[in-house]
Amino acid sequence: MRDIFTLSLIASTIRLATPLVLAALGGLFSERSGVINIALEGKMLAGAFTAAALTHAAETSLGMGAASPWIGLLGGMLAGLFIAAIYALSCIKFKADQVVSGAAINILMLGMPGLLSGAFFLSSGSTPQIPKDHLLPQSPLVIAITILALVAGIWYVVYKTPFGLRLRSVGENPEAADAAGVSVARIRYSGVLLAGILAGMGGAYLSIGQSSLFTRNMTAGRGFIALAALIFGKWRPVQTLLACLLFGFTEAVSIQMQGVFKLPSGDDIPVQFIQMVPYVLTIVVLAGFIGSSRPPRALGIPYQKEK
Amino acid sequence: MNKLARELLFPLIAVVAAFIVGGILILLVGDNPIVAYRLLLGSALSWPDGIGYTLFHATPLIFTGLAVLVGFRCGLFNIGAEGQLYIAAFATAWVGITFANSSSWLLIPMCFAAAILTGAFWGAIPGVLKAKFGSHEVINTIMLNFIAVALVSYFTQYHYKVPGDPILQTAPIGPSAYIPHLGRFIPGLPERIPLNLAFILALLCCLLVYLFLWRTKWGYEIRATGSNPFAAEYGGISIRKQIILAMSVSGALAGMVAINEVLGNRHRYYDGFSDNYGFTGIAVALLGRNHPVGVILAALLFAALQHGGIYVDGFSEHVTKDIVQVLQGVIILFVAAEGFFKWALGRRLPWNV
Repeated sequence: MRDIFTLSLIASTIRLATPLVLAALGGLFSERSGVINIALEGKMLAGAFTAAALTHAAETSLGMGAASPWIGLLGGMLAGLFIAAIYALSCIKFKADQVVSGAAINILMLGMPGLLSGAFFLSSGSTPQIPKDHLLPQSPLVIAITILALVAGIWYVVYKTPFGLRLRSVGENPEAADAAGVSVARIRYSGVLLAGILAGMGGAYLSIGQSSLFTRNMTAGRGFIALAALIFGKWRPVQTLLACLLFGFTEAVSIQMQGVFKLPSGDDIPVQFIQMVPYVLTIVVLAGFIGSSRPPRALGIPYQKEK
Repeated sequence: MNKLARELLFPLIAVVAAFIVGGILILLVGDNPIVAYRLLLGSALSWPDGIGYTLFHATPLIFTGLAVLVGFRCGLFNIGAEGQLYIAAFATAWVGITFANSSSWLLIPMCFAAAILTGAFWGAIPGVLKAKFGSHEVINTIMLNFIAVALVSYFTQYHYKVPGDPILQTAPIGPSAYIPHLGRFIPGLPERIPLNLAFILALLCCLLVYLFLWRTKWGYEIRATGSNPFAAEYGGISIRKQIILAMSVSGALAGMVAINEVLGNRHRYYDGFSDNYGFTGIAVALLGRNHPVGVILAALLFAALQHGGIYVDGFSEHVTKDIVQVLQGVIILFVAAEGFFKWALGRRLPWNV
């Protein structure tokens, strides 16, 4: 086992975990406010596509050079915000079923990037390649520090500020929060929109950080892994970060391990079994086999203000 | 305002609204919406190819639509039809390969049983998890989708692939497991069109699901659990049993996609064969107002779009077949947010909806 914990594995774990951390922390804001977020996948796709397309545009048409990935990142965040706004309107204002709307957003965003890239780039679902020196920072150290700062910030917001208290109370007991004068709808809008920004950011890191272009369905289920990490992390920021690192590690291992890791019988460990780890762990934790993971009490229930 | 018209109203508004949104998008990317929509829907009506392929594409969507419907009627959201149909397709292919030398009279029923039971088993897992531990079926079905795909890809890659085959697919099943294309019975329909007996089976399942849910005690108890679990429990219905039952039936229906695909079309398990059937099933059930007849109509619409997507890809300048998924997403969004129309049209509707 010793030789698989190499420095390069740690570095790639951090890189692969980054989009998951961003999306999962976004999901945390939304779910702590009581809105289920299975649409993380769609928001990440929106962020990834917009970031890659805008970085390319900023670079070629506007000549922004090294500043272009930052334009792309901003665009990715705004795209996530935009999709989240649609989701929020549907779930909060029109009291649509949250899971159904989330599924709709995911299906919509499978098609949208393909439609737009077909029109803008005459390609079948991918954006043009961006040169290596015009991508977001890759250094594991820089990323790790940014992520740690972000997690610390989010922890502070959720547990130490009035907004965080309202957020948690709206997710646990919206009736009581409402009675205490908190606007349930406003807090939920904030939660869902923050989730959109962070998931869009996560998507952007996928296309203009880890990769150098957007490809069709490039998230490949990472939005759902982020959701799994949020549940595995019991809807708490620090545990969620650790869960993302674990899932990023399984991804890094499954990439590096092919043909390297041998069973005593001489067979490779099939990569599929490593890929299953996050999903199996989530089911096990949710069932309460390893500690209990209890969702916010009002999760998934539209709030109907009493008249 | 009679009941039927009311049931039809919102789905129709949702579809029209989605086509308007889609039309605006088509304009934005630089094509003529009318031309694009003619390609998209017009091609589905031609005989025999258009109609044949549309019915072929509708078959899996009827199965998954029914699967989601049975879940919904019990108050459950089966997002896992995709995983259930994958695992069932592999199991069906496994039976068809392993017992390839049996006669059709034995092998076809065995393959049917494999499809139905494996799907039911994979569906029962989140049912049991919900009934026993209260864990949310949405999360568990999502996770089980990924587990199913990984498991099946492992077995295909390591154990059931023809050595040297560059494609991730199993060896072919025995010819005695093939079910006939409908072209053999219908004059004018060429046999090359993969529309097969599974379509008839899908229609039969619509009838069976209707009879099960509305004419049997079990079905009544499932619906009672779905509409008010507390009242159902108070009335002496075991909610836990109903949850497991509904998820198993749901999984079995999703698993029947394997009959269309493995026995009727490709004659093997093929990695990535499902064109998001499980997820489109959600759209089908919702647009069909969770009624078997509605499911058939909605499945036909989405199948027509799926078939027309190929023509859009081929013959329009900018629009790609991705427009189909965009339309699907917008339709579900509108169906889900029924409140939007009530809000937008609210005071102008002449009746109280």
